Amino acid sequence: EFRRFSLERSKPGKFEEFYGLLQHVHKIPNVDVLVGYTDIHGDLLPINNDDNYHKAVSTANPLLRIFIQRKEDADYSAFGTDTMTRKKNVLSNVLRPDNHKKKPHIVISMPQDFRPVSSIIDVDILPETHRRVRLYKYGTDKPLGFYIRDGSSVRVTPHGLEKVPGIFISRLVPGGLAQSTGLLAVNDEVLEVNGIEVSGKSLDQVTDMMIANSRNLIITVRPANQRNNVVRNSRTSGSSGQSTESSLPSSTPNILGTLQGEEESDEEDIIIEDSGEPQQIPKAAPTSESIESLSQIELLNESTQNGFLPSSEMNSNHSAGSISMEYEVPEPGRKSLEEDGTIITL
Amino acid sequence: MRRFLRPGHDPVRERLKRDLFQFNKTVEHGFPHQPSALGYSPFLRLMAIGTRSGAIKLYGAPGVEFMGLHEENNTVMQIHFIPDQCQLVTLLDDNSLHLWSLKQHGGASELREEHRFTLKGPPGSPPSATQVTAVLPHSSREVLYLGTESGNIFVVELPSFRVLEDRTITPEAVLQWIPEDNCNRRSCELVEALREHPKNPDQILIGYSRALIVLWDLQNNKAIHHFLGSQQLENLYWQRDGSKFISCHYDGSYTQWPVSSDNRQSEPLENTVPYGPFPCKAISKIYWQTTKNGLPYIIFQGGMPRASYGDRHSISVIHGSQQTAFDFTSRVIDFFIIFSSDPAAEFDDPSALVVLAEEELVVIDLKSAGWPAVHPPYLASLHCSAITCSHHVSNIPLKLWERIISAGSKQNIHYSSMPWPIDGGTNIAPDPPQRDLLLTGHEDGTVRFWDASGVCLHLLYKLSTVRVFLTDADPNDNMNTLGEDEWPPLRKVGTFDPYSDDPRLGIQKIYLCKYSGYLAVAGTAGQVLVMELNDEDAEHMVDHAEADLLQDQEGYRWKGHEKLKTRDGPVRFEAGFQPFVLVQCQPPAVVTSLALHSEWKLVAFGTSHGFGLFDHQQKRLVFVKCTLHPSDQLALEGPLSRVKSLKKSLRQSFRRIRRSRVSSRKRRGGGGSASEVQEANAKFDQDALQEMELAPVQRKIEARSAEDSFTGFVRTLYFADTFLRDSSRHCPSLWAGTNGGTVYAFCLRVPPAERRMDEPVRAEQAKEIQLMHRAPVVGILVLDGRSTPLPEPLEVAHDLSKSPDMQGSHQLLVVSEEQFKVFTLPKVSSKLKLKLTALEGCRVRKVTVANFGSCKTDDYSENDLAVLTNLGDIQIISLPFLKLQIRYPCIRKEDVSGIASCVFTKYGQGFYLISPSEFERFSLSTKWLVEPRCIVDMPEVTSNNHMHNKSGTENAARKSSPGDCGEDERKSGRLMEHALLNDEKVLKEIQSTLEGGR
Repeated sequence: EFRRFSLERSKPGKFEEFYGLLQHVHKIPNVDVLVGYTDIHGDLLPINNDDNYHKAVSTANPLLRIFIQRKEDADYSAFGTDTMTRKKNVLSNVLRPDNHKKKPHIVISMPQDFRPVSSIIDVDILPETHRRVRLYKYGTDKPLGFYIRDGSSVRVTPHGLEKVPGIFISRLVPGGLAQSTGLLAVNDEVLEVNGIEVSGKSLDQVTDMMIANSRNLIITVRPANQRNNVVRNSRTSGSSGQSTESSLPSSTPNILGTLQGEEESDEEDIIIEDSGEPQQIPKAAPTSESIESLSQIELLNESTQNGFLPSSEMNSNHSAGSISMEYEVPEPGRKSLEEDGTIITL
Repeated sequence: MRRFLRPGHDPVRERLKRDLFQFNKTVEHGFPHQPSALGYSPFLRLMAIGTRSGAIKLYGAPGVEFMGLHEENNTVMQIHFIPDQCQLVTLLDDNSLHLWSLKQHGGASELREEHRFTLKGPPGSPPSATQVTAVLPHSSREVLYLGTESGNIFVVELPSFRVLEDRTITPEAVLQWIPEDNCNRRSCELVEALREHPKNPDQILIGYSRALIVLWDLQNNKAIHHFLGSQQLENLYWQRDGSKFISCHYDGSYTQWPVSSDNRQSEPLENTVPYGPFPCKAISKIYWQTTKNGLPYIIFQGGMPRASYGDRHSISVIHGSQQTAFDFTSRVIDFFIIFSSDPAAEFDDPSALVVLAEEELVVIDLKSAGWPAVHPPYLASLHCSAITCSHHVSNIPLKLWERIISAGSKQNIHYSSMPWPIDGGTNIAPDPPQRDLLLTGHEDGTVRFWDASGVCLHLLYKLSTVRVFLTDADPNDNMNTLGEDEWPPLRKVGTFDPYSDDPRLGIQKIYLCKYSGYLAVAGTAGQVLVMELNDEDAEHMVDHAEADLLQDQEGYRWKGHEKLKTRDGPVRFEAGFQPFVLVQCQPPAVVTSLALHSEWKLVAFGTSHGFGLFDHQQKRLVFVKCTLHPSDQLALEGPLSRVKSLKKSLRQSFRRIRRSRVSSRKRRGGGGSASEVQEANAKFDQDALQEMELAPVQRKIEARSAEDSFTGFVRTLYFADTFLRDSSRHCPSLWAGTNGGTVYAFCLRVPPAERRMDEPVRAEQAKEIQLMHRAPVVGILVLDGRSTPLPEPLEVAHDLSKSPDMQGSHQLLVVSEEQFKVFTLPKVSSKLKLKLTALEGCRVRKVTVANFGSCKTDDYSENDLAVLTNLGDIQIISLPFLKLQIRYPCIRKEDVSGIASCVFTKYGQGFYLISPSEFERFSLSTKWLVEPRCIVDMPEVTSNNHMHNKSGTENAARKSSPGDCGEDERKSGRLMEHALLNDEKVLKEIQSTLEGGR
């Protein structure tokens, strides 16, 4: 059955309230349900916390389509970042859950319990012989688990083939992140680290670069085994004739552009004020707003001395309460604010 | 909009950058590493020192310095000035000869290599035929006589180095004139010495190794006299009037020979073994100096009794009944005597003995009773005890300067008052703009205060902290307690003493407040001393306090060294800096950071366990903070084990050794022991290589976690009066940064001056910032409302700085090894950052705020960060926007000790060690440039008139272009460094200090 109701986009409130509202609208006050929505790509994504709820509301265009399932007969596999092709199927599954009734139901964790550990990125702009791998150190306790070494490789230069020094992956630690992704292998040549070419840099420099970027490490490699390369459609492979190393620098500006957004988000320092709770250090607001934010903070400081205040509670939700807290994707609204800040302070 | 304006392409800024920044290596301070040859020109009154790495340095009056470098980087074996010329000839160990000359250029003299030459024998002749053993520049200035191993004496024309073959003096020609019964062909092998007759330039004295000495007539090509000694010859010296000469021998004897016209074969007048009768070592060089009173000075090197004093490095001076054997701390390279150079003078009248030993220069005043040493104004042995740290203080107030000098002069009373005898050339460099002090901490617990204002690094005062502690060696133990009737009459001279009684005494951190004269010094065994300048000797108690940095942490056991034992009761201190408080850190780990605030009378110190704050007015510990991570066990294992970085540097060294092997092979000529060493080296290399091949060099890529070792290591401490809690009230604060990327901020309450003694200083932790990249914090700085760094304590009180802007909001700059970050205060929010490592792969090793003035206008100056990275690059980063301005390669990245020793000044200069005994001075500023600039004029006696006139006109036009002569200087500086680092021995030395040192 379908229901239609309106929400104020600017003030979506909290997920708890929204959940209550749904139960109320559908008159299922005591039934546990799973809430999902389709995003702009047509993926069915879950709504189960404040963050993805806010995201859902902010991206709704103009309608936010929400799917509600009973928890006990929910089909978890329906969620995910699949492409349009599966969309119909998914919808039919969701709409007619009894199709699956007889199948033994495998209990797996909710999608929000997963975090991406690695991905291949920028496939469209890189030569086929190269692979850009992103390792998400955050969200896993696994060590990155690989070693690099000096070596030499052959390059195509205007003067013909030339032997040049290079950096190679020398070892993968069993059970480490690098090995478990299957995207890196021993003897892969490392070409870039987070958009910066490693040629001309020493092994120790590259080591330091990788460690400095370890929370969001993006390395471009030329795999030793070239058989598993991504096969592209004819349009892009047409240009692959020139895509040797020598053509790489020309694509670097693009790469840097795509990386910029991530670069900003890779870390947040933590501050403990007056031996209170650790908090992430916010970005400085643009100077015009600084007075406002200052007064706000002073208020906060006074209140923490008294005890709890709703606002600090909200903060603690953000900051799991320990130093080894992890970074969470910032809300888009705040991110644009940061950039504003940068423009003005520069 | 401004975002699209790419930084670095703003033409106005680019122009300004050119007016502000310029990189120059200007001068090398200290004592040349591994000197190998010495030369002196009595005419120019200049001294030349050659080194094993092929450098040649000339010194005259203080400030007159020249440097040259042989391209081959080979050892300089001999240096000879051409008589009455601004020229000198060097002989290298590859048998090449080089002619250098001092030419005036751009208003200042420069040392340039003019020609090079290698003597070539006829085809098929053995290399020994042309191996040069003795060089005699003839007083005619037209020819050089070259004695060789084969016994031939070649004559080459100057300056073209053309061999005048018809004038060669062959052994055969010499033998014709000598009766055959007492000579054969072999007695004419190897020319040991060539000496021109002091009165008759047509006669030269030839000394062959097998004790045959021949006086040769150059005009008629015949032997006038021959003299036959019984012992192998070492050297010769003419008496001033030419009536006699003296020879010294391998067996420790010297012999006087008369030269009379009637007798063709002379018998010796006198043969003496000064330290006989038991076998003695060779006398390798001898001088015979006449005086008015008739008693000559006989000065010779060596000759000590072989069995009991064979290991001494001595030079003996005999004058009548006075005899002293100066006993040097290291091998004597060579020596010369300064005597009356006026050719008309009847007597030599020696005034000073100048001795170049391997590790120091010693000058003895021969005119004053007791032959005291002269305090050299340059060539100081920086490494007389190994340097462990350095600290630079710019712009010292005159008052403090004078007090330090007066304290120092009381220490120097045993030096001679003689003016510096080597006084050639004229220093035309402008007077140094300000008084600068360089303080070096040493392994033996001393701090040396150097005048670093100008070209000559000059020791002002030496402070010893040893007196506070009980050590095994009694400080009153005098090395010179030899009795009156001791034989030989040895007298220890020189200050080089690399052996430390107790490594725990080593100085690790120094902090001097130039306004108050308070000095804090911290050492290897967790000792922190606070001192005050006192112009009088005093005897007083030193207050002790303990700071337990572990606090309540349970289960830790310190496995390192014990703390130093202190002396009970009052201690007598000489005038100068006198300690009044000793704070002992527990556990007694090496002090890793130190800060002193003389206005608040507080001293902060940190070790690998935590940090503390001490009130030195009330002599009370304010607080301690333990920074140790519970899982960090390594910090307790005692002195820092530098496992990680050592491995790294070892690897690099192996590579270097491998690279330098080729050149070192070439360098080592003959000699049994040398080839043994070479073999051992080759084996060592091979082993190292094998090891490398078995386990390929690889690096682990792993994110840093909180559990890494040494996270608690306190790297930096900083006092600031800033807005810590709220934006309405500022208060004193103490900031600390650790190896694990944590910054602690403590809010301090310092009672006002009138109640300073009554109320305690209080501290409360206000902030703790954890940098998520967890890189070591190496610098903390607060910028005021105008984005200017906060002034130093007492700077405002002395009207030397504008008071900081306390209206606007302050900013906090945290420099980690990997990033620069600016945060707002009091609410900490991140404002700006510059990531160094993530992009460049380089790490910050040293960082300082420096003030750069424009060379174009006097009224513009700005503050920037001067940064040294682990790659040896120097970068200048603007404040407060953190934009990279400029980058210069400065130190080779393999030169670990050079990078570790670097210290920046407040006005954009810096120093780093290029060898254990030498600081290289560099400048980043266009405005402050301390470099030698001097003129050497031909003295009046020369007939070369046009030359003199020319220099006169150039004198008037001097100060024209300081730029272009700096260029050469810089080039040679770099080469020099290169030469040093290619030397395996230096490398190993660096290695061993790394391994054993800390």
